[in-house]
Formats: sequence, C-alpha cells, structure tokens
Amino acid sequence: MSRVTVLDYGSGNVRSAVRALERVGAEVELSADPDVAIEADGLVVPGVGAFAACMAGLHRVQAERILTERVRADRPVLGICVGMQVLFSAGVEHGVQTPGLGLLAGRVEQLKAPVIPHMGWNTVRPPADSVLFDGMAEDTRFYFVHSYAVHPAATGTGVRTTVAEHGEEFVAAVEAGPVSATQFHPEKSGDAGAQLLANWLGSL
Amino acid sequence: MAVAVRVIPCLDVQDGRVVKGVNFTGLRDAGDPVELARRYDAEGADELTFLDITASSAGRQTTLEVVSRTAEQVFIPLTVGGGVRSAADVDTLLRAGADKVGVNTAAIARPELLAEIADRFGRQVLVLSVDARRVPAGSPVTGSGFEVTTHGGRRGTGLDAVRWAARAAELGAGEILLNSMDADGTRAGFDLELIAAIRAVVSVPVIASGGAGAAEHFPPAVAAGADAVLAASVFHYQQVSIGEVKRSLAAAGLPVRLAPGALAST
Repeated sequence: MSRVTVLDYGSGNVRSAVRALERVGAEVELSADPDVAIEADGLVVPGVGAFAACMAGLHRVQAERILTERVRADRPVLGICVGMQVLFSAGVEHGVQTPGLGLLAGRVEQLKAPVIPHMGWNTVRPPADSVLFDGMAEDTRFYFVHSYAVHPAATGTGVRTTVAEHGEEFVAAVEAGPVSATQFHPEKSGDAGAQLLANWLGSL
Repeated sequence: MAVAVRVIPCLDVQDGRVVKGVNFTGLRDAGDPVELARRYDAEGADELTFLDITASSAGRQTTLEVVSRTAEQVFIPLTVGGGVRSAADVDTLLRAGADKVGVNTAAIARPELLAEIADRFGRQVLVLSVDARRVPAGSPVTGSGFEVTTHGGRRGTGLDAVRWAARAAELGAGEILLNSMDADGTRAGFDLELIAAIRAVVSVPVIASGGAGAAEHFPPAVAAGADAVLAASVFHYQQVSIGEVKRSLAAAGLPVRLAPGALAST
C-alpha cells in the first residue's frame, strides 16, 4: 500500500482529500513535518483561498525544501487547486504579484469569463500520454472552483498539459516528471475524481 | 463544452435530522441526512446543500456531526447554511467538512460580514442567500420592484433585492442563492423575471431556487440566467428525480454532468 502525506499547512478543508485518498486505497497521513513530507511515497499539496495566503503557509512548513528534495529524488507530488497554482512561478491577485514555488513555468492570472468564479463540473482535454486521465471517457467532468488560472501557452516544454475552457482556455492539469497537479478538486469530483486519484496512486 | 448546469438538492436539517421528505424508499433511515446525501449523490446531484433550521446550540452541535459524517462519505461539494452570524461560525462549519457556507440574515443586518468572510476564507466559500419577493401593495417601493425578506419570507425589509445582490457580490459573495418567496411552494415554475434581474447585475454564479414543480421548469431558469438550480421538496417527495431534471436540461441543449461513472463506490 502506498504511503501518502497530505501537507498540512493550514489550508482549508483537507479532510476531504485525506478521505478521498483513503477511499482508493492509500495509507494517508496529514502532516506538517518536512521530513515526513520528503520521505512519503506520494505528497499531496492541497490549497484553497488566496495565493499569497497559501504561499505564506507553505513557507512556514519549509515547502521549498520539501519540494526541491522530492523533485531531486523523483518522488511524486500532486498539487490540488491553489496547491497547483503555487507550483508555478507567480500568482497575480488583485493586482499584486506573489512569487510561487517555481517548479513550473507560468503565471497564475484572473480568468477572463463572463461568470467568475468558474464553479462547477467541466470537461477537460488531456494529452494522449496522460497518466492521470488514463482510461477515462472524453466527457468525464471534474469539479472546479477558482477565479484564477494559468494560460496553456505559458507552460514550458516537457510539461504534459490538460486544458479546459471557461471563457478562455486554461490549464486544468499538468504532469511533468514527478510533479502532477489539477486545477479542479479530485476529492470533490465523485467517482471521476476517485479514478484520477487511483491513477496517480498507481504511478507511485 | 462548457461548465455543466448544477442541479442541487437542498435538505432542511433540524437537530441532526431531515425534517421533511422522509418518505424515500429503500433507505435504512430516511431521516438521516447522511443517508439522503448518499442517495442524492448516487442519483447524480452535482452538489448538496444543508439548511440548518435548528434553534438550540446543542442541536447545532449535532448538525456539525452530520456535516462531518457527510463530508467523509460523499465526495461532492457540500454547502451548509442557516444561522451563520460570524466568520467564526464559518470557520467551524468549514472545519467540520463544509466546502461552502450560506449566509443570509446576518449579512442584511451587517453587510461587512461578507467582506470579513471573503477576506479570511476566500470568496469561493461564501454563498449569499437572498429571499426575495415582489414588493406587496402598500409597502414602500424599491427600484427593481423586488425586496429582500427575512423570517422565511414573512417580513419585508424594504431593501432592494437586486441592489443587495450586486452589493453583496462586490463585498465578497462568491455566489448568489436566489430564492423567490413568491414562487416558493407554488410548484408553478421559477420566477424568471427575478432571475434575469439579478443576472443582469452580478458576474458571480446565480443559483435559482423556489417554484420548481416539474422537470420542464428547469431549462427556462437557466435561459433566464441561472448557472445552477436548487430544489427541496420536489426531490424529497420524488415528484421529480435529479436524472429527469438533467434529461430535461440536456434536451434543451444545456450542458449537464451525466450520472456517476463506472467506478463503484466503496
């Protein structure tokens, strides 16, 4: 059984993520201990609310060190929602730019759409070699709730990018070596989300 | 494809029990909100809303336990509203496992509450619930002709419902749950004029509520500007199923999420 740590840095409702991972067979520990987070088979970085607030919480648990060491050792990381956004170079909210963890190239900016937040179940377009979406039907929907996103053109080469659309195209998921992330909430996406988490666990 | 129209059943919960619509068949305990939540999830509900109508603080503790148990067993978003008066109340509900919190009367008395909640938890957790009606003859008129009510629609406030929704969205509401007190209980269809009036002034999602009596009532609510539709009694009393609502929306060319996929629930 895979041991997964959900990084506990004070971001919102993390119990759902823990339970959703347990549902698909992971042994889950909620922890803020950098050594535990570095050593786990898989690390989940959750996140809701403001980009800057999440970054402040991540700094307190030494997230830069945790992620640098995990990527160096090729150990999988899964970012969820703002936990995905913080993996990019920077986030711009209310005109203020906050540096991100910088594992991925790209800037998180406000979505241009008539109705914001983008809230609800939407379809995605994964690349053919995606692991996260392996075996899923084309019309599978996932639960999104966010006002900010990364433009697909901003992600660098070597990044398998899944796009979705709300007003404009945006990055719905990324897979780059040991780093995976979803803008939507797999832990709130019913059976489709469980399938995605199971696919990720299978890659550990 | 676009984001799906959300179909949201609402459960009235009192002292940890569902207080109406307990005639579901095939449930061990139809008064248990958790069992009903699982049932609605299996039927394809896109979110769930609990409206806590408990008066006592001991009863409210029971509701928190119900929220926790639901969040541990049902993997779709859960909104909890009813009696939320402070950012501390929001914190308590989010910690119990709610994804979003509904605020109503307390924000009418003190609108800054909306900004306090949004600043602390993000606007995506904040659903402003607006109980609106046409201003009755003899009452002070409002610009839009709609006013906000309290006490389940029994008391008018004189506050313009359209202006209130717009102001609330500016203050930090991430979503407007719009309940027509005129249509509520009539089963004659949603109040399309009210939905259109609110849609015209806010860019946050609008959830239409009140008046649903048949599956064909739902597409016009979306055409009028709703992003999501919420109903209570028609679902509880099984007059309309969530699947029927979705088929009706799909037949009107609207995007919906099909019933849950192949992976069995564990």
